[in-house]
Amino acid sequence: MRLRIGWLYARTMNIYGDRGNVLALVERCRRRGIAAEVVELGVGDPLEPGRYDLFFWGGGQDREQIAAAHDLRGAKGEALRAEVERGVPILAVCGGYQLLGHFYRPHDGPELPGLGIFDAWTVAGERRMIGNVVVDSPAFGELVGFENHSGRTYLGPGTEPLGFVRIGHGNNGEDGTEGCRYRNAIGTYLHGPVLPKNPQLADFLVAAALRLRGWEGELPPLDDELAAVAHAEAVARARDQERAQRRRWFRRP
Amino acid sequence: MGAGTCLAIAAGRLVAWGARTFQLGGGTALPGLVALAVRPMLLQELAERLPHGTIVVAGTNGKTTTARLIAELLHGSGYSVVHNRSGSNLPRGIASAFLERAALSGRLAGEIAVVEVDEFALPTVVRALAPRVLVLLNLFRDQLDRYGELETIARTWQNALQTLPAESLLVVNADDPVLTALTSRAGARRWTFGLDDPAIALPTLPHAADWRLCPQCSSELRYERVLLGHLGAYRCASCGFARPSSDVAGRAIRSVVPLRIEVTTDGRAFVLESRLAGVYNAYNLLAAATTGLALGLDPDRLAEQLARVEAAFGRQERVTVDSRELTLLLVKNPTGFNEAIRLLLAAGQHPPTLILVNDLDADGRDVSWLWDVDFELLTGLAAPVSAGGIRSGELALRLQYAGIEPAGRYSGVVEALDRWVATLPPGGRGWILATYTATLELRRELARRGLAPSFWEQ
Repeated sequence: MRLRIGWLYARTMNIYGDRGNVLALVERCRRRGIAAEVVELGVGDPLEPGRYDLFFWGGGQDREQIAAAHDLRGAKGEALRAEVERGVPILAVCGGYQLLGHFYRPHDGPELPGLGIFDAWTVAGERRMIGNVVVDSPAFGELVGFENHSGRTYLGPGTEPLGFVRIGHGNNGEDGTEGCRYRNAIGTYLHGPVLPKNPQLADFLVAAALRLRGWEGELPPLDDELAAVAHAEAVARARDQERAQRRRWFRRP
Repeated sequence: MGAGTCLAIAAGRLVAWGARTFQLGGGTALPGLVALAVRPMLLQELAERLPHGTIVVAGTNGKTTTARLIAELLHGSGYSVVHNRSGSNLPRGIASAFLERAALSGRLAGEIAVVEVDEFALPTVVRALAPRVLVLLNLFRDQLDRYGELETIARTWQNALQTLPAESLLVVNADDPVLTALTSRAGARRWTFGLDDPAIALPTLPHAADWRLCPQCSSELRYERVLLGHLGAYRCASCGFARPSSDVAGRAIRSVVPLRIEVTTDGRAFVLESRLAGVYNAYNLLAAATTGLALGLDPDRLAEQLARVEAAFGRQERVTVDSRELTLLLVKNPTGFNEAIRLLLAAGQHPPTLILVNDLDADGRDVSWLWDVDFELLTGLAAPVSAGGIRSGELALRLQYAGIEPAGRYSGVVEALDRWVATLPPGGRGWILATYTATLELRRELARRGLAPSFWEQ
């Protein structure tokens, strides 16, 4: 069995250790005897329908995010939308997540159009939301990661949140939601990176890709001892941080 | 000098005395903080008293080492130097360094100052000190949760450059496209330096390279040669933006100890040698030499002075613990970590290695940068690698994904040190790569045990 992973804007939108997500996908395939090939899809590269089994899209700086938004206008964006509708799994983090929604509205300057795959939109905020995050996800259980964004994302009725924040800010710091899901597409603000420490999420994406190829069954479990250690460690740090913050508030005159 | 200034100096010195007497820590920031609270203009007022002005050093990586090199160079050339040697590089730390040399009358026991400065503090410090020379080393991605994205820092620096006096000198790394673009229209006279050696080039732009787009037109930058991170010989096919020719060029580089660079400038050639190792230190050394040349120092004398300089705190420092000889390397960001790995492999000793990762505020609370480090290269190291520190679990998982099964995983820093050292053969060697607060903790403990560190030698 072979899987082909399309890594959107691999060279330009990768600033938060996003490579770790691709590493996790490839390695978890390899350990199960599935060969995973990674194809980097940069600005100007075509996106051929049917060629990719799974997509990953990370976060980037403003300049790079704007370049990606322009690149996805027209046929390339339409192709990606059609693939998501067909059920091809995609994980989009931070900047990529924002561009899968309807638009990103900055403080000044023109609105950045998104693909509208998610019924969601993002508005630039005043305060940057930074810190460890622990999320309770109905589908995936406890998720842990690190957020660092000033954009506030709001979900419409056509999409559901990935989960609800126990610690941290999530989509907008107001409604308690984090990330979103539509068909096999997942958007999230969690980096860290998210997949190595939350392997159930990686396996969901791999299984969805395999099912689209007509495969039926369960993925054999892997030895995830170190992933569990790193996950627990990150949750503990999130708690420490929350406690420290509460002390800081308490001390404030 | 007004009464307010004298009062501020008195207050700062009193705090410094208190911190020392009651052993409340090194006192590298608090005296300055207090003195600046009393007199916000204090830095300006003291800097104006320096007959030979101030040299400000900024950059993500190498500022402590480069500032140290320049300070030693000037000291060796007969100047009395004010220097924030401890690496305390916010305005309060810089003020503390000045206070140490200031008499209550406001008189300053120093002729010239060498100041390393935090990336975000650069505009404030440039405005206060009106530097005679501003040295810009590099801009890499560093602690995104604290500094934000690279573009944010670049904009901050743009502001700093606008307030730089026209008679100042700029010493700029021409191999960094960001710095080249930032300084291309600056009013100050620009001295550029760069490494011109294809033999030490990397095969490709590393994954952690931060700047892939042209800073002027956002097209893709093409690299003829990559030397370190995104530093190298670049050109934009679309708008013609390119690496400028360097006023001071380093060639024929030997990056292991003793480090050696052949330098050519203005038709002259001389050789720099150093006990510091690594391509990153070749850059630091060249930056210091260029600063010396810009100040009119003689090349041969300059080389002689620079050859004597030892490593700064925790940077290639060597200590002996229970008869094991340990080398400490500070690692703070993906590019710096990649360079530490490159040095480890180039040194060819293949000793066991302990990596300590903390995630306190000063390290950056976000550890996702570990996934941008090319740990995969460490599979070429024929030696066990162990993990320690607050985020040893994250690090161990990263190592496993790189194909390296961690030989040990220890929580904490001191506990990790002792348990790991016990696994080394007596008389054996080891390397420790540690993040900032892990390095501090390690150094504090070693000092407590009276293990006076001896510096890197080979």
